[in-house]
Amino acid sequence: MSRNTSDKRLMVAKTYKLYIGGKFPRTESGRTFEARSPSGELLANLCRASRKDLREAVVVARKAFSDWSSRSGYNRGQILYRIAEMMEGRAEQMVNEICSQGVPATKSRKEVETAIERFVHYAGWADKYAQVHSSVNPVTSSHFNFSVPEAMGIVGIVAPNEPSILGLSTLLAPALAGGNVTIALVSETHPLAPATFAEILHSSDVPSGVVNILTGFRKELLHDLSTHMDVNAILAADLSPKERKLTEENSALNLKRVVHLPSKAVSATNHPGLSPILSLQETKTTWHPIGT
Amino acid sequence: MSLSATLANSPPIDSVGVAERVARFTTRSIKKSSKMEALKLALSMIDLTTLEGKDTEDRVRRLCYKARHLHVDLPELPTVAAVCVYPTMVKVAREELKDCGVQVAAVATSFPSGQDDLSLRIRQTKGAVRDGAQEIDMVISRGRFLAGDYQYVSDEIVAVKEACGEAHLKVILETGELQTLENVRKASDIAIDAGADFIKTSTGKVQPAATMEVTLVMLEAIRDHFQETGKIVGMKPAGGISNSKIAIRYLVMLRETLGNRWLTPDLFRFGASSLANDLLMQIVKQSSGVYQSSNYFSLD
Amino acid sequence: MAKKQKNNLKFDTDWQYDPAPESPELAKLNDSYDLFIDGKFVKPTGGKYFDTTSPSSHKTLAKVAEADKRDVAKAVTAARKAYEGTWSRLRPSERGKYLFRIARVIQERSRELAVTESLDGGKPIRESRDIDLPLVASHFFYHAGWADKLSYAFAGRKVSPLGVAGQIIPWNFPLLMAAWKIAPALATGNTVVIKPAESTPLTSLKLAEIIQEADLPPGVVNIVTGAGSTGEAIVRHPDVDKIAFTGSTEVGKLIRKTLAGTDKRLTLELGGKAANIVFEDAALDQAVEGIVNGIFFNQGHVCCAGSRLLVQESIAETLVRKLKDRMGTLVVGDPLDKNTDIGAINSKEQLKKIQGYLKVGQREGAEIFQTSCSLPKRGNWCPPTLFLNASQSHRISQEEIFGPVLAVQTFRTVDEAIDKANNTPFGLSGGVWTDKGAKAFHVSERIKAGVVWTNTFNKFDPASPFGGYKESGFGREGGRHGLEAYLNVIEAGGNR
Repeated sequence: MSRNTSDKRLMVAKTYKLYIGGKFPRTESGRTFEARSPSGELLANLCRASRKDLREAVVVARKAFSDWSSRSGYNRGQILYRIAEMMEGRAEQMVNEICSQGVPATKSRKEVETAIERFVHYAGWADKYAQVHSSVNPVTSSHFNFSVPEAMGIVGIVAPNEPSILGLSTLLAPALAGGNVTIALVSETHPLAPATFAEILHSSDVPSGVVNILTGFRKELLHDLSTHMDVNAILAADLSPKERKLTEENSALNLKRVVHLPSKAVSATNHPGLSPILSLQETKTTWHPIGT
Repeated sequence: MSLSATLANSPPIDSVGVAERVARFTTRSIKKSSKMEALKLALSMIDLTTLEGKDTEDRVRRLCYKARHLHVDLPELPTVAAVCVYPTMVKVAREELKDCGVQVAAVATSFPSGQDDLSLRIRQTKGAVRDGAQEIDMVISRGRFLAGDYQYVSDEIVAVKEACGEAHLKVILETGELQTLENVRKASDIAIDAGADFIKTSTGKVQPAATMEVTLVMLEAIRDHFQETGKIVGMKPAGGISNSKIAIRYLVMLRETLGNRWLTPDLFRFGASSLANDLLMQIVKQSSGVYQSSNYFSLD
Repeated sequence: MAKKQKNNLKFDTDWQYDPAPESPELAKLNDSYDLFIDGKFVKPTGGKYFDTTSPSSHKTLAKVAEADKRDVAKAVTAARKAYEGTWSRLRPSERGKYLFRIARVIQERSRELAVTESLDGGKPIRESRDIDLPLVASHFFYHAGWADKLSYAFAGRKVSPLGVAGQIIPWNFPLLMAAWKIAPALATGNTVVIKPAESTPLTSLKLAEIIQEADLPPGVVNIVTGAGSTGEAIVRHPDVDKIAFTGSTEVGKLIRKTLAGTDKRLTLELGGKAANIVFEDAALDQAVEGIVNGIFFNQGHVCCAGSRLLVQESIAETLVRKLKDRMGTLVVGDPLDKNTDIGAINSKEQLKKIQGYLKVGQREGAEIFQTSCSLPKRGNWCPPTLFLNASQSHRISQEEIFGPVLAVQTFRTVDEAIDKANNTPFGLSGGVWTDKGAKAFHVSERIKAGVVWTNTFNKFDPASPFGGYKESGFGREGGRHGLEAYLNVIEAGGNR
């Protein structure tokens, strides 16, 4: 766990915890798993989140949804921009954490910088996607008829193992911009930077419960997430065909929407654009008579 | 006016517009001597209240003492307007507040729910008045109102008013249960027509209690009735006015809606308990220039 | 009015509000300001400066440089160089990040900017602090986000920037108008030469400081202060690709003529004479608030002001009484006093114009009503005014007064209200007050104006397109529609 034994001073090592409801609890199961460097050095013990942790996350997310989804797009955009501001300040730490698990320095740096750009980009969508996706529909009767997007609710995010931070950001930002609340299953193989990312969220004016971060084993958590009756959608990237099939099968229980992005969508050279936002929106069409 | 005419004249209310008008009141900046005046005025408008299941005679005596002796170090403070208690405590309060100008108000009519036979509620009212209550705070039957039985609500207010005799009648609408501002307006119109001396927002037992929005709607109802008929009705927001800043905003709203005549405890009251000490702290701060601690202000 | 009014309320109360002045020192003004060209503050070629004064105290606030034709030419050259060399080559997301930065610094320096705005222009600090400045920041924030998303704004069509935009803005919302012009121009990839009004240059000059603080590449925004001739030099300069003007209809028409035969793109945002229509089924107290907001906000110096009131006859007496009561609580006074509702008239000239109309209205036979509010001794002041029993043909019902003066007429039917509302060469905005949804849609559909507010008034948002019909100008600002003014929007062409 120590990094530099030639330092005179003993560093205070960080304890990595979950992020649920704006707090940093340990997993109620008491289980952990290890993050190691490529040379086998133990870097940290991470919480191995349980289905009860996930259940708790769904409860707090549901409580947070009404407020988050009714905020103006402008307000959500400001908060996403603030996340970018805070990420910029903590970039070094995340780069080091990613490097410590074997990713070359230039690649990690590029990954973190691109992740920041993603948040800036989606901050700018928050007060615009409705304009691009809404319409006043020219019906033939004397009615004012309009279609508008509406946030789905609780979105379960399944982030790819690599790139850990860029993958998480690329999925999280559009879900949040669109007014959804989230529960993120972060990288199993590279969990350090995503766990630190929770601290960044916590200092960014993100209301409690809007983002919940769970570290752990995907095999366990994906099942619980995809079967949970109060989760409205899943946004995932880079699932194996088997995982994808399982998720889609389980989603049939309550017909939660499943959106799967290929791995290239979360790479630094590709930009998934507006689609991830819109894929997590319902569309409501309203009629109102025009007359005296 | 007949009930159907009253109901027909009850106007539509736009809640977004009301919220905007309220926001203008909150951006007024009340400083220096106008702040001191407001603090003292607010103090003089308080109905010091204790309405708990665990009230005892001793508790009421102590509250009455506090009503007469707000703060040791401050000379020339106004007294509060009234002490408000359950009917069982009226005699005690009357005894303690003999000849000091502070009124005794009693809640009656099966406060807070009002879910009782009218005859029982009338009897309770008469009993409180006999014991010496100078003001009666009644509750309307919200269930009947929400079911559309406005005639019932109008009749019960008329009956209680009669039972009050010389005592003043405040009619509690329980705005938190009425939910919409249009309901608040309608209930206000009914109450004013049926003879209320005051209309009051809440029992304090239901959230939300008083808000600036419902208060504005009620003040506007009072204004409209005054301009139409000359009838003068008072207003009392109760519950949720916990500090001086909020109280001053209510006074701004009162001033800019009804004007000079209503800026008096005869026509405006605050139903509050912890407000008094916060006003005292602010008064001391205004004169000394130094922020205060609650340790220096007696609880009761 | 038919019967004598009884049961009156008294708003001049024993309990008065003490003055609650914001400190003018918060404005942090320099003694003098130079032109902002190519990223630096430079002296005017002709060496001339003019004074900008406070309309409430008549004190001089600062000396401001006067840009002549040569300065304008320098600015356009800098803008062109910046466009070709830097701005059009930047990744769009980087352009966006500059605008995000500017938005953030504006938020940080909001108080300083609000105090400056009230000192220089006369509007109440409550408005500059609570309305103008938040909108300024949100305009930059909103448009920052468009910079790298333009391909989504015009489905199926390609877009490219125009080049150098020349922009001329008025004195009624100095910093907000600067934001309305600069933010979309930059977001879409253009560079800018902008001239603030000569009576209100200071907040634009502070924006120049903020632009420096944000490290915006030199020449992307150039600010040249001056009066009519400076504006003319911008309009006539051959290397400007687009002109955006907000101001009087008179000058707008002149600009339109001047640009005839050139390829320069043009948008105009001009005057108005909006009607607020109040039906008998409206929520009356809230309608009163909307009327008051519509004409007394910013002393009535608003192009989209609701300067006419069309009230259904059956409720006219009730409504007018409520209106007079509400006016009785309006405080006219020192713009820096936080309790002031109506500030100073922007200039002596404007005050003279307004007072001229007050005489005209009375001569025409309308009944004048003004509150008995106290007015400060020094400065330019006009109390809130109603003209009752106005008729459609009165000059006060036709011509833009641009002051806190409301012309009141009655109507009887829906069609009459719509006809009267539309019977004007202007078409900027309108208001409709009714509790009935179908009627709100029916009437707003038929009002010939670019912005219709139903059961509200004077609401602005960077996402909401704003602009006029007819002689109120053409083009829209704000929203997706507003981007079009600063872009070439090209069809794909060819076969499908």
